[in-house]
Amino acid sequence: MNKILSVDDLVIKFKLRGRILTALRGVSLEIFEGETLAIVGESGSGKSVLAKSFMGLLDNNGWIDSGSILYDRKDIAKYKNEKEWLTIRGKEIAMVFQEPMTSLNPLKTIGKQVEEAVELHQGLRGNDAKNEVITILENVGISNPQSRYSQYPHEFSGGMRQRVVIAIAIACKPKILICDEPTTALDVTIQAQFIKLLKELKNKYNLTIIYITHDLGVVANIADKIAVMYAGDIVEIGKCEEVFYNGQHPYTWALLSSLPQLGIKGQPLYSIKGTPPNLFYDIKGDAFAPRNEHALKIDFVERPPYFDVSPTHKARTWLLDQRAPKLEPPQSIRLLRKEWEAK
Amino acid sequence: MDREILLEVKNLKVEFGAKKNKFTAVDGVSFHIYKGETFGLVGESGSGKTTIGRAIVRINEISDGEIIFKGKKISGKIDPQLDKEITRQIQMIFQDPIASLNERSKVDYIVSEGLYNIKNYKSEEERKQKVAKSLMDVGLLPEFASRFPHEFSGGQRQRIGVARALIMEPELIIADEPISALDVSIRAQVLNLLSELQREKGLTYLFIAHDLSVVRFITDRVAVIHKGKILELADTQEIFKNPLHPYTKALLSSIPLPDPKRERKKKLIEYNSNIHDYSIDKPKWVEIRHGHYIFGNEIEIEKWKKGLK
Repeated sequence: MNKILSVDDLVIKFKLRGRILTALRGVSLEIFEGETLAIVGESGSGKSVLAKSFMGLLDNNGWIDSGSILYDRKDIAKYKNEKEWLTIRGKEIAMVFQEPMTSLNPLKTIGKQVEEAVELHQGLRGNDAKNEVITILENVGISNPQSRYSQYPHEFSGGMRQRVVIAIAIACKPKILICDEPTTALDVTIQAQFIKLLKELKNKYNLTIIYITHDLGVVANIADKIAVMYAGDIVEIGKCEEVFYNGQHPYTWALLSSLPQLGIKGQPLYSIKGTPPNLFYDIKGDAFAPRNEHALKIDFVERPPYFDVSPTHKARTWLLDQRAPKLEPPQSIRLLRKEWEAK
Repeated sequence: MDREILLEVKNLKVEFGAKKNKFTAVDGVSFHIYKGETFGLVGESGSGKTTIGRAIVRINEISDGEIIFKGKKISGKIDPQLDKEITRQIQMIFQDPIASLNERSKVDYIVSEGLYNIKNYKSEEERKQKVAKSLMDVGLLPEFASRFPHEFSGGQRQRIGVARALIMEPELIIADEPISALDVSIRAQVLNLLSELQREKGLTYLFIAHDLSVVRFITDRVAVIHKGKILELADTQEIFKNPLHPYTKALLSSIPLPDPKRERKKKLIEYNSNIHDYSIDKPKWVEIRHGHYIFGNEIEIEKWKKGLK
């Protein structure tokens, strides 16, 4: 498989009210063509900032402090102006945002909005453009595209609007599609259908997908690879099965065991104590240590390096050091593991 | 053993608009909630689940049917004294803790607003004590009363929303998607808080949600609602073991499983209401097994009966 995007030691900072916040603290990542990478973490973990940096969409008060983002042998982290970014945005990498209503123009018909992208990125005009729009609308599962073409966003339901947003993204013929919490505002039934659609589109359009979410439960179906982010850092990354069944970082365990699907009725659900660290300050040691009931002494002193669990799986936790005490993951994780091993 | 029924909804109908634009949001819904239980109302957006909650707290007017709380009718025209009483006894928690808290008021005011409305305190001192107590009940510090909502995280804000309900010393709390807008890690905190408060104070919950995985975890009984009609109602365990209505099955299949192997094998069921042929054989609300109710016609009921485990 070809590497399509590679991020190396990326540091992103923001200036807020005269103070400097480090949103990403040295993130490295490789994404291969045709794979689906899920980036999972709480709000404030830096998952959206990471994705936005691939498209030059950081807010004005933010900048890439160091590190590189290689796309197609070009370091796009060095891009400064809109002109440069327009060679990437949409054409190469497109994005679907959380709230479909805010990404659509309420005053324009659905068809016209998709057509804009078709005209700009595929150079089609007139009837050709319109036909292409109708094909795309059909491909994203909108029935009666002919008549839906001339309707406005308010005439669509939430799930259908999100399909329109994805239609616009696809009309750009991108290689990478970033979905930033695309289903958070949607019902579970619609969410399940959306994920199914995404898988179909991936095959139809040869997409590489980056799926951002706070809910590990959602990505089991779609992800090939999962990166778990905490406080501006990837704390664990591996194949989907590896992270679910053989997760190593206590934060990964915590995210999984707080899912109600894994909860045991009548017992309190596992919940992560405390709040994420303040990124205005330097973080010493393992950022998760203060919230981790099993934290080791060294977790407060030195930042753990990555330890390899398998060639495709690594985690940043001192628990994997040979000298660390053996620690059992929480009950719900053990059950999940057992079920897996039994098969 | 006969359990005490706290709330009874009979044949509830809620309509919006008039004449040509009339839309029936809730269409002949009946259920009851026992004292001390958590009753779940599950459905997609537009199913009418929120409207039912709002009809109970008298925000939405009802067109037909009645709502009975502790043996007294609380729907339609009622005595102002009773109105005041149920304002205190039935409280609501909302979905979005950012939108539901007034950003220009201090927590002290937000939490006390209900008290002000019904003058449920004797002195300023007593009011302050009540605020401090309810903040502590939800795991916040009394000092937080002097702060503004924006100073809090999402989870803390939802706790303020819970404190605001608790201060009224309600018997029934209607929680309308209280965790949908929260991060997964914070959802667990809020769910645990609600269970804890229920144990301590003997609260009764009407828990409104679209996500069956949350409902499985927190509720005792659950009603599945679709387009203003309840299609199936049973003990939560029973519904998960014996889902009969195709819509319930569709909802169950859409729960994302945090288990890649099972999730990938899972078949997603999509529900299409056209599969029911109700042209001649009209559907009825039937108790198919003790405590398990379902909406269907005779042929369907026969078929479903055979599928029971």
